[in-house]
Order: sequence, then C-alpha cells, then structure tokens
Amino acid sequence: MNRRRVVVTGLGIIAPNGNGTRDFEMALRKGQSGIRYQEIMHETKFACRVAGVPQGIDELAEASFPEYLLLAMNMGHRYASLAALEAWTDAGFEMPAVDDDRVHWDTGAIVGTGVGGMDTTGGKVVPLTDAGKLRRLGSTAVEQVMASGVSARISGLFALGNQVSTNSSACSTGAEAIAMGLERIRSGRAEKMLCGGVEAGSHYIWSGFDAMRVLCRDFNDEPDKASRPLSASAGGFVPGSGAGILMLESLESAEARDAEIHAEVLGAGLNCGGHRGGGSMTAPNPESVQRCIQLALADAGLEAAEVDAVNGHLTATRADPGEIESWAKALGREPGNFPKITATKGLVGHTLGAAGALESVATVLMLRSGFLHPCVNCEDVHPQIERFAAAIPHTAEEAPDLKVMLKAGFGFGDVNACLAFRKWDP
Amino acid sequence: MEQGEVFERVVKILTPWVKSDQALESASMETSILDDLKVNSARLVDVVIAFEDDFDIEIADEDVDSVNSIGDAVNLILGKLG
Repeated sequence: MNRRRVVVTGLGIIAPNGNGTRDFEMALRKGQSGIRYQEIMHETKFACRVAGVPQGIDELAEASFPEYLLLAMNMGHRYASLAALEAWTDAGFEMPAVDDDRVHWDTGAIVGTGVGGMDTTGGKVVPLTDAGKLRRLGSTAVEQVMASGVSARISGLFALGNQVSTNSSACSTGAEAIAMGLERIRSGRAEKMLCGGVEAGSHYIWSGFDAMRVLCRDFNDEPDKASRPLSASAGGFVPGSGAGILMLESLESAEARDAEIHAEVLGAGLNCGGHRGGGSMTAPNPESVQRCIQLALADAGLEAAEVDAVNGHLTATRADPGEIESWAKALGREPGNFPKITATKGLVGHTLGAAGALESVATVLMLRSGFLHPCVNCEDVHPQIERFAAAIPHTAEEAPDLKVMLKAGFGFGDVNACLAFRKWDP
Repeated sequence: MEQGEVFERVVKILTPWVKSDQALESASMETSILDDLKVNSARLVDVVIAFEDDFDIEIADEDVDSVNSIGDAVNLILGKLG
C-alpha cells in the first residue's frame, strides 16, 4: 500500500496532574495523581466528591492570550487553547499576530468535546434566560456553548485555513479526532492537523453521571486512591477534565522543514456496536470493541504480536474486566505474552471527551522516552483480570525497547476508537 | 457629569475589547470603535451592557446603531444622563 505516512510533530497537554508535556511526563513517571476533593461537589450533594481538574489555568491563559479573547473563553476554551498553543509551538511555529492576514491553508484542526460548554450553559445561559435577562448574555455566550467553539477558537489563534471542526463521540471523542486527522492528511487534503479533545471541569457535566451511580463514591477522603482501574475495589470512575492536542503532520512536510518527530501514527480503527450483542447506549458490544482493535491493527499494517503495550480505555468501572478480555481476544494474546497494560485514568480520572487525546499524549510520551507509567491503585487486581496481572506495571518501568502501543477509547453510544502509535525510528 | 469623565470611563470600558493597543493610546472623540480600535462588531452588545451598568442608564437597541466613534458613545451617554 502506497500512502502518505503521518507523524506527530507537536504535543500539548492540560491535565489534572500537570500542565505542559514536561510536568505531565514527570507526573506520569512518578505516578502522581491529579485527583482532588471538590468543595462544589460537596455543596451540591454529589455522592462522588473528588475529580481531576487542571490547576493554575486562569494564570496560564492570562499570560498567553489577550483580554478580548479571554472574555469569550470558558474553561473548555482555555484548556483547549493552551494545549493547542503548546502543540503549535512544540511543532516549531509561532503564534501569528492578529493583524497578520496570512492563513495556513494546508493546516486544520479537529478538536472534539464530549459534552461541551456546560459551565457557560449552567452558569449563565440557563439562569439569565430563565430570569428573563437574556440580553445580558451579551455576544460571547453562543461561541462558548456551540460545540465547535473549541476548534473555532483554535483556528483563530493560529490562522488555520484547512478543515476546522469539532467531533463528538462521548468518551472516544479525543481518539476519534486523531483518527479523523490521520485520514485527512493521508488523503492529501491537509499537511498538518491539530487534533485532540477537551472537556471542561464542571459539576454540571458530572451531575448526570453521579445520578447514574457510575462515579466513585467510596474514596472521598482519599482522592488520590479514588481512581482505581483494573482493581477489585474499583467502584466507578472519577470525573476528570483537561485537554490533549497533537500536531499530526505528513512525513513529507515534517521532513521538508526538518521538524522533530515524536512518533508515527500507524493507523486507526473506528466503529460502533450498534447497541446489539450486549451493547447499549451505556455499554459496549464486545464484538465491536474487538473488531475496532483489529481494524486499527489492519490499518496500521501490524501483526498483533508486534504490540508492546496498550493504553486502555479502563475507567475503573465494572467494564474493565470485559475490556481486558476484549484486548486478549482481539490480539489473540495469552497471559504469558500479553502486552503491557497502562491505565492513565488512575492518575487523572476520566476526562471524557478529552480522554482519548490526553491519553494519546501520554502514550506518545511513553514511546518517545521509553517508559511505562504505573497503573496506580490496583494492588488488588480484579479477580477476572488476575491472570493478566504480570502485564500491569505497579511502579514506573523503564522500557527502552517499547516500539508499538495501542490507545483506545470506548464511549457511551457503543462507539469505539483505537489508534496505533510507533516510536519514531528514522 | 463632565464630558472628560465620561470619555475616560468609555475608554476604560472599551479597553478589554480592543485589538489595537496603539490606537487606544492615542484615542480621541473621533476614534472609530470598529475601524481604529479594531473591536469586533459583535462585541458592541457587551460594551453597551457595560455602559448601562457603569452609568446606570438604559440604552435602546436602535440607539446603538448610531454609535461609530468614541465621541458618539460619549454623547449618547451624556444625553441619557441628562
């Protein structure tokens, strides 16, 4: 197959346990949690009162963007814009001046969100509209609640002239965005795409999940123990927030400008289980999960035996054992030769629409630097996962031979996304 | 209220929305809010809300259409203050 290769030339991250790739990688290596007690969840009577929320965002945003933009940037806009700015500059570009009318026609953005600007909806739109004061919403409400506001904001920051869009597929959103950008570049329709996902930290986003009783409620006094993927004592996911953005670029373009390459995106799989075979709005059809993994392998031209590690969706819910079973079936790998398993949500919580992208940044950092971050809080590995326990690193492991990793996201709606990354080896 | 005071308060309200800091530094009654200060035209509704709050006045939508320069805004506000 003769098609364009796509590489990662920029990374940007806003995460509960670290902003910027340097701090984030350090936190990953240390197994440092970003889960904290949230007073607002106590005041509003959540059963779960811990969450992952990035710190110091307003200060970072104020140091990075002009006031006329900040006035129209809610939390999701700030996370996404800061992560995109890091990815953009990491890729070797400068933020253009506002009076510079040149447009990057070959560069676009696909930046997704799972729920969107609920901090604006809940904090302004609903109360002001219900009070008959909708005029006071001013001009900035629409762009902060429209789903595509995050990608639109990024296009304006960097003068992007190619496709600019926001995808949404629940918890597979961030990974799907990367898969879509990969296709766009492969097909020759773009040279570079800023791809990723964002989710704001808002109790308005999390309340419905709490009502569903899918959030962790037993570790409110020990926030850093609350997110427990793969564990027998996992009692639900911990809500998280943040943004991960990757600059995807055609290999030709990256080589022509002598850009530093962090990893190669080998392939991707996207599908849906059709709410059949055990799948539903809230549960995955295991066959579709396995097919999605196999689609990614086939698209990447990989044999299952070549996969060194997987960064799973692994949310710390009852779905974890089924997910591991699906990985085993899809890869045809036995416990004795199972790839290493990592679960980034143990450190940051479930960042919903950002998860696939934020955890892809973690995946690329692990490949680039040759390590596996620890799976925290699963010393008591779930009995149904016990036979794969040897594949789970409980402390950070140096992994200089790590070459191929898969990253997956499985979302409400029975939708799946799986990505294959390879360490860059020129 | 003196025109000079209204002018200063109008400029202060406009400041966060201005894209051209250079034009702001040399702002006069004749300075165009959109063309010189490069304020996004959609943001005029936010500016008008701020005028209303700051001067405790009400500005009708049709009054806003006649505001092009800083002087237009100052005179509109002075008129409302009576």
